[in-house]
Amino acid sequence: MKISKVKVGLILWMLLVLLSIPGIALAEDPVTDTGDTTFIIISAAMVMLMTPGLALFYGGMVRKKNVLSTIMMSFITICIVSVQWVLFGYSLAFGPDINSLVGNLSWLGLSGVGQGPSDAYATTIPHYVFMAFQLMFAIITAAIISGSIAERMRFPAFILFIVLWTTFVYDPLAHWVWGWDANGATGWLGKLGALDFAGGTVVHISSGVSGLVAALVLGRRKGYGTEPMAPHQLPFTVIGAALLWFGWFGFNAGSAVAANGLAASAFVVTNTAAAAAALSWVFAEWLHHGKPTMLGAASGCIAGLVGITPAAGFVTPLSAIVIGLVAGIVCYLAVSVIKKRFGYDDSLDAFGVHGIGGMWGAIATGIFCTKTVNSAGADGLLYGNPGQVVNQLIGVGATVAFAATLTFVILKVVGAVCKLRATEEEEEVGLDLTIHGEDAYPDIVGGSILGGKYSTTPDLAMYSTTLKTN
Amino acid sequence: MKKVECILRPGKLEEVKDALSQFGVKGMTVYQVMGCGLQGGRKEVYRGTELTINLLPKIKIEIVVADKDADEIVKIITKTANTGQIGDGKIFISPVENVVRIRTGEMDESAI
Repeated sequence: MKISKVKVGLILWMLLVLLSIPGIALAEDPVTDTGDTTFIIISAAMVMLMTPGLALFYGGMVRKKNVLSTIMMSFITICIVSVQWVLFGYSLAFGPDINSLVGNLSWLGLSGVGQGPSDAYATTIPHYVFMAFQLMFAIITAAIISGSIAERMRFPAFILFIVLWTTFVYDPLAHWVWGWDANGATGWLGKLGALDFAGGTVVHISSGVSGLVAALVLGRRKGYGTEPMAPHQLPFTVIGAALLWFGWFGFNAGSAVAANGLAASAFVVTNTAAAAAALSWVFAEWLHHGKPTMLGAASGCIAGLVGITPAAGFVTPLSAIVIGLVAGIVCYLAVSVIKKRFGYDDSLDAFGVHGIGGMWGAIATGIFCTKTVNSAGADGLLYGNPGQVVNQLIGVGATVAFAATLTFVILKVVGAVCKLRATEEEEEVGLDLTIHGEDAYPDIVGGSILGGKYSTTPDLAMYSTTLKTN
Repeated sequence: MKKVECILRPGKLEEVKDALSQFGVKGMTVYQVMGCGLQGGRKEVYRGTELTINLLPKIKIEIVVADKDADEIVKIITKTANTGQIGDGKIFISPVENVVRIRTGEMDESAI
């Protein structure tokens, strides 16, 4: 017995020595937390699903001649940003700092990013996982903008716009707020102390404001204000909203980058705010127009989710109810009253819901945040620190100015290279047919498209042989 | 022969169809149509924006009948489709020159 105890002690001691040599420990067995890793991998997958959800959310709201074009914009954004992020986007956003403004290019092609944890970000999970989680945010941010320019922007221009926007707007902005090294925040907004838990400024204000600028640069859709432009398939929109709500748990709770109490807190306030905002939007519209609409409930929950995003890791569930209730009403007024008064054509209200909701969320974070929820956060206005609201306002102002200016410049550049806007005829027929050559709802008789036949006979050879043998 | 085209409330289709088939009308063509008349439109609200929808969904039934049956059939439709409210629809009656049954080549009243 005595001997074996000594043996065990010896082995443990040797293990300790081995582990204390960092080179060996990291190379052989990266120190990661399996619970955290599992949670963030799943969160990343959930945030990925938000973009197809957004595609349906938007797709249901356009006219049926543009449903595929609208869905395609979100879908192609997943593809473009995924490649951009691996090549250089992640390095620009999260790489080692240059002047608190942007990351450098040392993580180009993900060099230096691997299976072991980063020394700066989420140190309990593989760096790859953190990178992938952040990628999903970059994707949905760019995709949100498509809601403002739906039904009229040409596809080639959209692709070019997304590449440039995500590189010159999203990546630096993400760095301003979330850039970090082993010693702490490196981005200037992060250093200033502006709080943004899951992306209220980086994701929602930036995309919403950029959407508004894009809507203004492109101009209104043909017939806007005279022709009725009612949503063609609201059940799509509701499925989309439900997927967004579901994915948002990954978005907000996952932003704790650990499977812990803070993630649980973020989960609870996220759900609470979404529900409260859906209620307040529905009741506002009910009072205003006499009907409780499903579209209002779907839009309201998104407004609440946007509103709680920056605050998710810093506020209590009761604060979340207030944040949600206000978000629903403010966003409702933005899309129904403000948009009408100014006459801009923000087709699917990316600005009204994400821009305005994001601004409210950023300010609300400064009002309601408390260190009792997150000791790494700050106390807000209601907890005796009015200065936090000022920090938040600086964050909002900087984001609005930066996103608006650069979006304008990028659109001018894209416009110089290719045509931004569909022609009148393309708009009339619909972008599905004129740009993508597809029809979402073909008239089908007897299993075939009405009036359809193959345009080239060689393709048919295969089929006719099959027919003959039959 | 007469062609009888009637525009009905969508909810009245089944009743009218049953009444006609009881009378012995074997064939009919039914369309989903949009129309406007005295009834006016309806209001829809999307994100706080109101739309007035001027055209309302209606059902159109088209039948061709023998001259001697036309009056009775019109009476049946009028009675069945009536609710007394604005929006009950209209019936149009017009002469038909000839009818051909494609399968047999039969013509006139034996083809209807």
